[in-house]
Amino acid sequence: MQLTGAQILMKVMQQEGVNTIFGYPGGAVIDIYDELMKSDIRHVLVRHEQGAVHAADGYARASGKVGVCLVTSGPGATNTVTGIASAYMDSIPVVVISGQVPTHLIGNDAFQEVDIVGITRPCTKHNYLVKRIDELARTVREAFHIARSGRPGPVLIDLPKDIAIARAHYDDQAPVHLKSYNPTYNPNKKQLMKVVELIEAAERPVVFAGGGIILSKAAQELTAFAQKAKMPVTTSLMGLGGFPATDPLWLGMIGMHGTYRANMSIGNCDLLISIGVRFDDRVTGKTDAFASQAKIVHIDIDPTSIRKNIPVTIPVVGDCKNSLEHLNRLIENADLKDLSARRQPWLDQIEEWKNTKPLAYEQKDTIKPQFVVEKLYELTEGKAIVTTEVGQNQMWTAQYYHFDKPNHFITSGGLGCMGFGLPAAIGAQMACPDKLVVDVAGDGSIQMNIQEMATAVQNCLPIKIIILNNGYLGMVRQWQELFYDKRYACTCMDHAPDFVKLAEAYGAVGLRATRPDEVEQVLKEGLSIAKPVIMDFVVEKEESVYPMVPAGAPITEMLLV
Amino acid sequence: MLVDNEPGVLSRVVGLFSGRGFNIDSLVVAETMDPKVSRITILTKADKLVLEQIEKQLNKLINVIKIRDVTGPEAVKREMALICVNAKSEHRAEILRIVDIFRCKVVDVGLEHYIIEVTGDEGKITALLNLLKPMGIKKIARTGPLALLREPN
Repeated sequence: MQLTGAQILMKVMQQEGVNTIFGYPGGAVIDIYDELMKSDIRHVLVRHEQGAVHAADGYARASGKVGVCLVTSGPGATNTVTGIASAYMDSIPVVVISGQVPTHLIGNDAFQEVDIVGITRPCTKHNYLVKRIDELARTVREAFHIARSGRPGPVLIDLPKDIAIARAHYDDQAPVHLKSYNPTYNPNKKQLMKVVELIEAAERPVVFAGGGIILSKAAQELTAFAQKAKMPVTTSLMGLGGFPATDPLWLGMIGMHGTYRANMSIGNCDLLISIGVRFDDRVTGKTDAFASQAKIVHIDIDPTSIRKNIPVTIPVVGDCKNSLEHLNRLIENADLKDLSARRQPWLDQIEEWKNTKPLAYEQKDTIKPQFVVEKLYELTEGKAIVTTEVGQNQMWTAQYYHFDKPNHFITSGGLGCMGFGLPAAIGAQMACPDKLVVDVAGDGSIQMNIQEMATAVQNCLPIKIIILNNGYLGMVRQWQELFYDKRYACTCMDHAPDFVKLAEAYGAVGLRATRPDEVEQVLKEGLSIAKPVIMDFVVEKEESVYPMVPAGAPITEMLLV
Repeated sequence: MLVDNEPGVLSRVVGLFSGRGFNIDSLVVAETMDPKVSRITILTKADKLVLEQIEKQLNKLINVIKIRDVTGPEAVKREMALICVNAKSEHRAEILRIVDIFRCKVVDVGLEHYIIEVTGDEGKITALLNLLKPMGIKKIARTGPLALLREPN
């Protein structure tokens, strides 16, 4: 069957199960768009290419499928870089297809030419420049395979314009040929048996889970594991929802803004079972003091994550889900008698930490941002898909919205990319049309991709945007308050637009609350409208996120309220 | 290490080193008997944990087929250098004697210089350089070490 490059691209994407892509057309991809319109793949026209990648990222996280975006050459491609870097840091499967100038012009400084393969080499899992039409089908298949397998990540395919119109025989069965790429899914059983021995012997164990649990769809296995062995669980920011926050064994999030009990548990545990984590500096604080009394087990599919930052007693390379299934079977047969009695002193200690130093704020005359998130949690019964921007809004959401299920908390964790939440909410709503999708934002970060309001309105996506409006770049202001003698250099965001009017200008609905007693009413009204809504909450200007571990300090040394 | 012989692969390898703050002391790349595969030999110095990271990170690159640590005696190592040395008349005989002792070759002769080709392990080349230094070394090009694992007996 002779097909054009654009037709082959559509065929392979359909084979790979793609039904939605996010993109922005341009000269180098006109032929692909021309073909796209004839296919049954739905295209969401964003307003900036960065939004396209974040939307594909949000789509991937909400659906568990590969997110896809399509952009043109030159500026279209460079605008995707931040989104790609964010997906790379958080190991999100995204395939980015960028147009490129025709092959005979590559290297000529042609109009809208940029070496996007060179630019994205360090922030993609892999990338391709397709130079021959007969490589196209295989390349696209490989890209999807690489993006979703092993430790997932973004893959970019740079597709020159002449390849999109060239013709070639299309073989829909041509296999992927990646001789040296074989992620290790199955863990070493002997290593796992040693883990079980450690569990049997431990007095004060803690399970520390991360984004790997969500990516490998292992939340159920993790819950069974922790409950069976009566081990309390904390997660990183990326792992939230991987273990039910309403379970009695839940410790809350770990790290710089983790709960007191989670961080203290790490400091005092004698066994740390870490699964699907990479020991980011925001998690560990001072590495020498991290879990210094504990034997550490580290299970991860990516060998480079193991022993990169933290020394490990038992390394296990394997998929989180596979490993937990094996562990659960081994524990089933293990001698765990008297476990409840043995664990009790440890669980009592944790309960005491919880009761003496809970997450806390005081709601007085002005709206506290934590109060808004807490009310949102109550009114949505914890069932919404929540995206965030980056900074204080992100941390308060992580602390006060208690996620019970995976794929419900969508945030730019590793890169910490402001402007992520709105486009990610668009992607999540496309993936889950029947779910409530909320973006918790700050007044600073919402302005970084505010143009995507038009995308939400055009596509009738009833996402809800909650702006915790404190007139500051709040997290930086907080650091300036604590560590720079309150010298608020350039963090005051005067002259923000009127977000209610802005919502209306986009054809969305805008609501505002300025007093604590208006919060519930505005949330109720906003959540009930079947259109995109911006809810502007004018909150306490100088509220800070606590607990806080100063950068580089041991995580047990927290600043508290 | 063996890698796919494709454009951009060397850049991935080198970019990994620079991006993660690892050092490259020397680097040799050439096609193998299979034109689809190239062999890269990299000399790097780091502690054990960092070496482990380097090896794992390289393995993670999709185009890296195989990687081996060839530091130990199980590998044969050779380096080549071209050395342009001042050869005034009073030194010419001495230089040729050294060339003879070290079993290297003079590959270019001028009125006031020789270019010497030498092959050997790092120690031999360093020793030769030390002997030639008093005459004045004008230029030098070194390959950095190449290595092959010995075949099992």
